[in-house]
Amino acid sequence: MATAVRAGMQPADSTVFARKQRSLWRDALWRLFRNRAAVMGMVVIALAAFVAITAQVVAPYDPVQQNTPKQLMEPIWTRFFGSRFTDSAYLLGSDELGRDILTRLMYGSRVSLVVGIVPVAMVFIIGATIGMLSGYVGGWVDNVLMRFTDVVYAFPDLLFVIIIVATLRNTDLGLVMDGLLLIFVALAIVSWVGLARLIRGQVLSLKHREFIEAARAMGASPVRIMLKHLFPNILAPVIVSIAFAVPGAMLTEATLSFLGIGVRPPTPTWGAMINEGFVVFSTTPWPVLLPAFCISIVLLACTFVGDGLRDALDPRMKI
Amino acid sequence: MREFVIRRLLYAIPTLIGISIITFAIARLSPGDPIRLFTFGVQNFTQDDYNRLVHAYGLDKPLPLQYVDWVTKALQGNFGDSFIYHREAFTMLTERLGATLELAIAALILQILIGVTLGVLAALRRGSWVDNVIRVLGVAGHAVPAFWLGQILIIVFAINLRWLPSQGLLGVGKSQTDVLDYARHLLLPAFVLALTGIAIYSRILRTETLDVLSQDFIRTAHAKGLRERTVVYGHALRNALIPVVTALGGILATLVGGALVIEQVFSWPGVGQFTFQAAIAKDYPIVQAGVMFTSTLLVLSYLLRDLTYAFVDPRIKVK
Repeated sequence: MATAVRAGMQPADSTVFARKQRSLWRDALWRLFRNRAAVMGMVVIALAAFVAITAQVVAPYDPVQQNTPKQLMEPIWTRFFGSRFTDSAYLLGSDELGRDILTRLMYGSRVSLVVGIVPVAMVFIIGATIGMLSGYVGGWVDNVLMRFTDVVYAFPDLLFVIIIVATLRNTDLGLVMDGLLLIFVALAIVSWVGLARLIRGQVLSLKHREFIEAARAMGASPVRIMLKHLFPNILAPVIVSIAFAVPGAMLTEATLSFLGIGVRPPTPTWGAMINEGFVVFSTTPWPVLLPAFCISIVLLACTFVGDGLRDALDPRMKI
Repeated sequence: MREFVIRRLLYAIPTLIGISIITFAIARLSPGDPIRLFTFGVQNFTQDDYNRLVHAYGLDKPLPLQYVDWVTKALQGNFGDSFIYHREAFTMLTERLGATLELAIAALILQILIGVTLGVLAALRRGSWVDNVIRVLGVAGHAVPAFWLGQILIIVFAINLRWLPSQGLLGVGKSQTDVLDYARHLLLPAFVLALTGIAIYSRILRTETLDVLSQDFIRTAHAKGLRERTVVYGHALRNALIPVVTALGGILATLVGGALVIEQVFSWPGVGQFTFQAAIAKDYPIVQAGVMFTSTLLVLSYLLRDLTYAFVDPRIKVK
């Protein structure tokens, strides 16, 4: 986009009446910030990120410290509805082991956000490399890479992630960072396919355009053409696709934790908190409802931002 | 057309070979000695017995040979005996196939019926409160993890209200021919499984119907005096339904993958739950049979999608 088209080229002797030069990226950014849902989503994500980063400082308790006499406290607002089991020391109540739910929610946001960032970055690197090479080089390279892509595409995502994580959980890899690394790797292995296909398609549609021919005629190396000329022009759909990959990864991590094969306890994650909460659901629903609320709000925020990015970057794009 | 069908069929072969290699590798790369797992708990088990078993199962052969052995047997539907149940894995899987297919098909029907209706309704009442509610539902469907929604629905409808059964295929003492009892068991899991698809379909159908409604041939239909109903149902809807078919491939993937979580939550005795529990228990013959089976199913459904797509929309050039 940036290289191919540049909006509002001006003559050198521009008068004061000339429109100020504005790039297409700036236009897109402006459209994004005019989208109320997207801005709301960004605020929520920023807030979650702030909590995740500062959890150690702002969280009132230790996330794994148990206090059994104070177990299953309800959030303090339930006091106004007649709950007798509240304690002003536990703003959002406590779980079945007397651990502070607010603290655990704060620490849990760390896992969710990290899972939304690291595997998606890995997906971007793998998907962009394979998609670019496949589309630009073509020939047998394309054929081999695409057949490989087909294979990965044919595995049901979630089942594949679950099997990778379940089988490798107790290896050295599965023990790094309480199992977080294995989850990253499993998510990345499974989810790069869509992006690779998208990028390949985009590259194919652009590689015979004049500006690429021109670059090649001027002696630009293939690597330079891919990075400097093709890449900026396919960035818009790539950004949208990545924006939607973030909530997908978060949801998968939550599902893994819920199934009991996520990050190892006692590290708090929202999915695991929901799982543990159901045991005591008949006594008090809050240990389930609060993390569930957090997951849904963050997922919703990500979806809003994704929608906003899509509308801002390419209004003609569907879905 | 025939050439296209044949080529698509041929493309499926390398994909299936790739899948089989990865499936084979999953079990071989994972830690844990299969013989030790298989004979776990057997009394008086000597090193000599161990060596004999290793030889009997061909585990002392080089890996490529083991792979060939495995594939030849797998092609005949023999994935080896389960380590836990000591019965042939694929046979055990096929016994659970019916339950999964019924769940997936019920969910698919719900998705298309509800999703398409909501999407078209939103488009026809564009800008009204109906549209807004449906759009919010469309986004929310992505933000509510199936696992906790399933649990909440079980608690509300099965445990508190006692309207529907909480889990399993059949009520105690009910026969398989009791359709009403079966439908009552199917309703909740099918609905939860359908939710993502409902959200996707309603969004697609909304944009697509709006797109089609603004096209020239719709204006022509209006201009020649056709009734509103004929225009909408006869002309617009037909064209708007094309993406329903396109989305089908991705939807099937989410159904197959998502079924695993739903089956686990609702104790639905299907393929997904069975494979998941085998993966946790490191019962590799079942895992391999399950992965091979679901991916083959997926490859076939992608194939079917491409063929129907070419059939439904003749404008798409067969490449």
